[in-house]
Amino acid sequence: MQQEWLWSDSLINLFTGLGMPKFLAIGLAYGLGAFILANVGLILTLALIWIMRKVLSRIQDRIGPNRVGRYGLFQTVADAMKLLSKEVIRPAHSDMITYDLAPVFSVFGVIMILAVIPFAPGLIGVDLNIGVLYLVALGSVGIMADLMAGWSSNNKYALLAGFRVVAQLLSYEIPMVLSMLAPVLLLGTMRMGEISAAQGLHVLGLNLGFGWLVFLMPGAFLIFFISALAESEQTPFDLLEAESELISGFHIEYSGMKFAMFFLAQFINTFFLGAIAVTLFLGGWQGPFVDNLPAPFSQILGLIYFNIKTFAVYIAIVWIKGTFPRIRVDQMMSFAWKVLVPLVLSLILWEMIALKLPGGAVIQYGAVLVGNLVVIGVVLNILGNHFKREQVRSKRAFEPKTLIGTMRPAPTAETAAAGD
Amino acid sequence: MPANLDELIAQLPTFQQFMFVQVALFTAVMALLVVLARNLFHNALALVGALFGVAGLYALLEAEFLAVSQVLIYVGGISTLITFAIMLTRGMMFGDTSPNNRQAGTAAIVIGTMFSVMAGFLLQVPWQEAYVELGDGQAIIANLGRLFVNEYLIPFEMMALLLLVVLAGAIMLARDHMIE
Amino acid sequence: MAIDYLPLLILVIIAIGFGAIAVIGPSLLGPSRQNKQKLEPYESGMIPFADARRRFPIKYYMVAMLFLLFDIEVLFLYPWAVTLRELRWQAFAPMGFFLILLVFGFLYEWKKGALRWED
Repeated sequence: MQQEWLWSDSLINLFTGLGMPKFLAIGLAYGLGAFILANVGLILTLALIWIMRKVLSRIQDRIGPNRVGRYGLFQTVADAMKLLSKEVIRPAHSDMITYDLAPVFSVFGVIMILAVIPFAPGLIGVDLNIGVLYLVALGSVGIMADLMAGWSSNNKYALLAGFRVVAQLLSYEIPMVLSMLAPVLLLGTMRMGEISAAQGLHVLGLNLGFGWLVFLMPGAFLIFFISALAESEQTPFDLLEAESELISGFHIEYSGMKFAMFFLAQFINTFFLGAIAVTLFLGGWQGPFVDNLPAPFSQILGLIYFNIKTFAVYIAIVWIKGTFPRIRVDQMMSFAWKVLVPLVLSLILWEMIALKLPGGAVIQYGAVLVGNLVVIGVVLNILGNHFKREQVRSKRAFEPKTLIGTMRPAPTAETAAAGD
Repeated sequence: MPANLDELIAQLPTFQQFMFVQVALFTAVMALLVVLARNLFHNALALVGALFGVAGLYALLEAEFLAVSQVLIYVGGISTLITFAIMLTRGMMFGDTSPNNRQAGTAAIVIGTMFSVMAGFLLQVPWQEAYVELGDGQAIIANLGRLFVNEYLIPFEMMALLLLVVLAGAIMLARDHMIE
Repeated sequence: MAIDYLPLLILVIIAIGFGAIAVIGPSLLGPSRQNKQKLEPYESGMIPFADARRRFPIKYYMVAMLFLLFDIEVLFLYPWAVTLRELRWQAFAPMGFFLILLVFGFLYEWKKGALRWED
């Protein structure tokens, strides 16, 4: 195996070339890398919010932000400045320490995800050997942060939403983790970098980069995507912040910069879950000719591919946000435990058996694909039935005839007696 | 004085030792807070902090899998359960509770004795320093997976049984409320 | 190598540092004119009564319990999954037994109605 290009090595070489001692060069290189990474995450949020507002307003037949800067590009910058200069308000009888710590925790759990995302060949913070599990562990930090926020605010809605957050995130973490197991089973590695690198398609020495795992395991991808929607608290699953019932969820009492931090955490989390989906299932930085070029160019190409895919996933999430109705709590819970968990468990069991079938790769992969297609069919069938039922119900509610039927006054004691 | 400087550098604690002291101090302070904080929810939060600290110690020992398991199970699962248990209990959510009661003095004496005995032991025992080359991180994980189904088969299956019993117990305790 | 984790450590420091600045900063920058009405919890215009922190249904506890069960299961599944390709058929029996026990627990909880959300 040839020595691969790694960002840290080349930076360290650069610094030692400038005449720095080794330990200083290492420290500076890693420090610079981490600093750039964290800032990318924070600045990205501004773009993400702008994209979400623009796409949502197009879906709703509006123009969206268009005053500050060209196409309203600086709207979010202005919003951020405004939030930064707001008055600090802590509601009466709130728990001071917990109240202030919750947003810090929330952002911390999300920024740490950055460390294991492979943006391009060799461009990854730390290629941990437990990369996938590391991501799962960070999810639990976010749960704790939301619970802290809900508890400390001294607001009934916030506490209610805090409970819902925990119930939802805990429930959807299980199908998410189990669907992440599918690529790990196939590739035998938990390193995010290796998982992306394994998804190339080499033809005649050229890397066409289309060995994406989604072609082999679409079922696992679908389940991952649905649970990622729930984990990032996006629309069909945004009942934690349902404006009409919980006002705005666990961060109702937060204002100014602390509110902005929850907002930021949610947006980056959405984007990163998309990035994880891209890494695990959509080939990561793989694309045509991505590692056939000399060192800096192939990285740039990989970065471009990675960003295109991740933004595409993000826009798909926004699209869903703009078009799907919110689901109820009991629907959310039973969908996780009674549909997704049994399905993904059986999918994993099937994949284990399939990968041990005799007869070479074709039969094994074929069996995996068949299992995934069955899972996709079941999930889509259940969702389709659900939406059909909802459609019938909402149609009935608006039909004048039945409406009159339901609007008949309830029998009081007098009318009931007269009727008899 | 290059020789002198080298000597000086050799005497300095390594970065790892420095980090160990930081993380250990953090864990110890959090553990104290678990006992001493007056609000029960704060105790639970301090417990989360202490468990994080332990995960940090594992990470310093390059036991990534253990560190991640610690965060996943203790921070994600157990501490949520503990917080829930606090919230389920009548009267525990409100107001502060005193960490002291009539037995505080006795407890302090017992703990002090135990601590000095253990510290004495730790200082007395001639620990053998063994440097084991751990090898590739991937190999460690794979090895772990292999050991579960070979050498440590019985504990592994016992754990599954234990989990089953725990779940059944939880259902037994909660059943009255759920039937209502 | 421990040095490989240095970026992780630096990222931890940056993440916590950013959080600390963002929490402390505005209290120095922003105005501070507080009154009783402003500090009241927002409950859609109703005047809040009683303490907000109240007891809650046990079903949440059951969900957390179930999560823990699956969490531990998954944790042990991952290292095993990494080695799946080299393990022999016989290695399936222990993991199969492990999984069946846990699935049994899951089914038991389902059957007992712990997953039923609405009453």
